[in-house]
Amino acid sequence: MNQTVAPETLSVSQLNAVIKAVLDTEPLLSHVMVRGELSNFKHHIQSGHLYMTLKDEKSSIRAVMFASSAKKLTFRPENGMKVIVEGRVAVFERDGQYQLYLTGMQPDGLGALHLAFEQLKKKLEEEGLFDPARKKPIPKTPLKIGVVTASTGAAVRDIIHVLNRRFSAAKVLLYPVLVQGPEAAPMIVEALAWFNREQAADLLIVGRGGGSLEDLWAFNEEIVARAIAESKIPVISAVGHETDFTIADFVADLRAPTPSAAAELAVPDSAALRQRLENVNRLMADLLLRQTSAGRIQVQTLAGHRNMQTPLRYIEDCRLTIDSLIQRVYFSQRQKLDAAHRMLGLSAGKLEALSPLSVLERGFSIAFKENKPVRSAELLSPGDALSLRFAKGGAEVLVTKTYLQSESTEKGAKYDADEKKA
Amino acid sequence: MTQTKKKPDLSDLEFEKALQRLEEIVRTLEANKTTLSESLQLFEEGVKLTAHCNALLDKAEQQVSMLVKGEDGTMKPAPMLPL
Repeated sequence: MNQTVAPETLSVSQLNAVIKAVLDTEPLLSHVMVRGELSNFKHHIQSGHLYMTLKDEKSSIRAVMFASSAKKLTFRPENGMKVIVEGRVAVFERDGQYQLYLTGMQPDGLGALHLAFEQLKKKLEEEGLFDPARKKPIPKTPLKIGVVTASTGAAVRDIIHVLNRRFSAAKVLLYPVLVQGPEAAPMIVEALAWFNREQAADLLIVGRGGGSLEDLWAFNEEIVARAIAESKIPVISAVGHETDFTIADFVADLRAPTPSAAAELAVPDSAALRQRLENVNRLMADLLLRQTSAGRIQVQTLAGHRNMQTPLRYIEDCRLTIDSLIQRVYFSQRQKLDAAHRMLGLSAGKLEALSPLSVLERGFSIAFKENKPVRSAELLSPGDALSLRFAKGGAEVLVTKTYLQSESTEKGAKYDADEKKA
Repeated sequence: MTQTKKKPDLSDLEFEKALQRLEEIVRTLEANKTTLSESLQLFEEGVKLTAHCNALLDKAEQQVSMLVKGEDGTMKPAPMLPL
């Protein structure tokens, strides 16, 4: 090369074209990774392109990320954020400026996923999705349990095993989903929607076994978080190991540290339930016994009465009373009979004394007119026919004369004699 | 009294409801306001409820189904083999 050769005069465009060609052919610049801090960050809404300046303590460089790459970012770049970018260096010929054309960006220090996690967590928290007040109570004894996880692997096996051991009365319905990769989140969302649409479960367990942050990523996706929040059926999240926290865990109605623990939390222990049933049964029996024994005491108090204690004696007493009553009745009847007898005897004597026959025996006679005894001469007229009755026999006579003034019994006797002669 | 409901058919009574009813019975008995014959009825019902609950718990094998996408694209449960 000759150093004295005068330089060719170039136009600005030519110069920039040369610079561009040089930079474009430099392998080092065609693919670079650069660490720096973001400033002057602008998100051009209409185009979707991102513009920014990347700087460190001494220097800075402009950078652009086109919308096609920007869409793939898992976090929101912000001013002051330390990032590692990936891209190439090229010249923007119009301005004569070289800049970084970015194809990728991730936070420096914190992983990109971690940052996205923090950002989504913050966003949903501000929306109130983690509010304890909006969490649904977990049913005590769910009889239909929906499980959303992979159909193979430890998680589903652990869940079913524990459910069966603790509470085999519950039916388990597994909705198999992919639990990692880009299809996982939409599938989990669809599974949650299906259970809610079909009302096919009292309780849902959503989760997977342990893995890296990337493996668990589906459970940090916004659509999954929102599907869990919107579920009318209570959701227990069961993602990874105890130390793994996902957005799904914060939104779920209950977070279980592992899939097995989710199953433990989902159902009561049959043994404990059996114990509870037994206690209830015993309590019922005790209460009933209390009531019956109260009744028994009442009965016993009543039974303590003399007559209740020895019913035979009571019967005997009754019998004695009856006997004495009978005696009294008998005695009084006896007395009445005796009195009657006596009265009868007296009356018979009187009757004897009154008998007209005895009078006739003494020589009196009775006169009958038309079968009626004659007590007075007034009733008689001469010519009347009379019947006379004597102690022995009788006679038919005619009245010849009557008088009221009694003359003498002799007169009568004389009549007797006369009449006899006649 | 609300306690003297007509005899429920226990066979498809939900576990939770059976438990609730049991606890209601115990509370009623505890209140000690029922006649002896009412108490006996409640006790009898309670014993049946516990038997029903125990029978549910005694189900040895858990029913596990897996949802499978049918030809029409809808998800249908199919029995799942033990894992």
